[in-house]
Amino acid sequence: MAIIAPLICGLIFGAGLLISGMVQPTKVLGFLDIFGAWDPSLAVVMAAALAVAAPGFMLAHNRPRPVLAARYFWPGKSEIDAPLVFGAGLFGIGWGLVGLCPGPALESLATLSPGVVVFVAAMAEGMVVYDLWQASRPVIRRDSPLVSAADG
Amino acid sequence: MANFTPLSAAIGGALIGLSSVLLMLLTGRIAGISGIFAGLLNIRSEDKAWRIAFIAGLILVPVVAGWIGYGMAAPKLPASWVVIVAAGLLVGFGTRLGGGCTSGHGICGIGRFSVRSITATIVFMVTAVVTVAVTHHMLGG
Repeated sequence: MAIIAPLICGLIFGAGLLISGMVQPTKVLGFLDIFGAWDPSLAVVMAAALAVAAPGFMLAHNRPRPVLAARYFWPGKSEIDAPLVFGAGLFGIGWGLVGLCPGPALESLATLSPGVVVFVAAMAEGMVVYDLWQASRPVIRRDSPLVSAADG
Repeated sequence: MANFTPLSAAIGGALIGLSSVLLMLLTGRIAGISGIFAGLLNIRSEDKAWRIAFIAGLILVPVVAGWIGYGMAAPKLPASWVVIVAAGLLVGFGTRLGGGCTSGHGICGIGRFSVRSITATIVFMVTAVVTVAVTHHMLGG
């Protein structure tokens, strides 16, 4: 079950991206292009997702532990800092350039599109560069080096 | 708003929310795709199996959809390889520096009413809108 559960969650998540059209960069760019033929669909996707997620997470908060694991991996940070803002800014520029964010990019690997393969390889490279940069910095104040401590 | 598809957007969005909640309730993990993927690349991380399973599920969806006659069209991407590589690098580095992407911050984080995630989502939405405005309207692309 420890493997089946995330697999099924991945299938449901992927179905949501596919049905909503968010796997298509043109659909995403239609939302981001507020000065063009604006398509509000992405806002509806987010609203519907949050309508399910918010009560669901509240339910999880009120349960002592997950069904299949010893504990919850809730993100630990709470303050707004420069890396959060700069990182989100860089991500937004990349997202706006092509219309792909990590979920749709990985799901689109199924189409074997050369552009998607190159995008995912570059995305992985960017993540590895970040890890190497973090590892090379002197340890001044590393809140928590665990991957699970990230927000998402 | 000729391209607006509210019904499929609402159904798809609800499924994305359901997946995020199930992953947390069952495994205790945040359904943040950039974090899940980055954990696969990080040699220090020891919990790779559930990450592989989740991403395998994501990639299997278009394959299964194809079998039942709803094949997914290959995404339309910019012609320039330089733009694709630059965008990939920015998305990879930026999501790690900022601690999440559209799913981790935009759905899971806002779903938990996290001020960090609300801030991050506003920032990446604004920079993405500005990027599209510049590339589509000012540079004539």
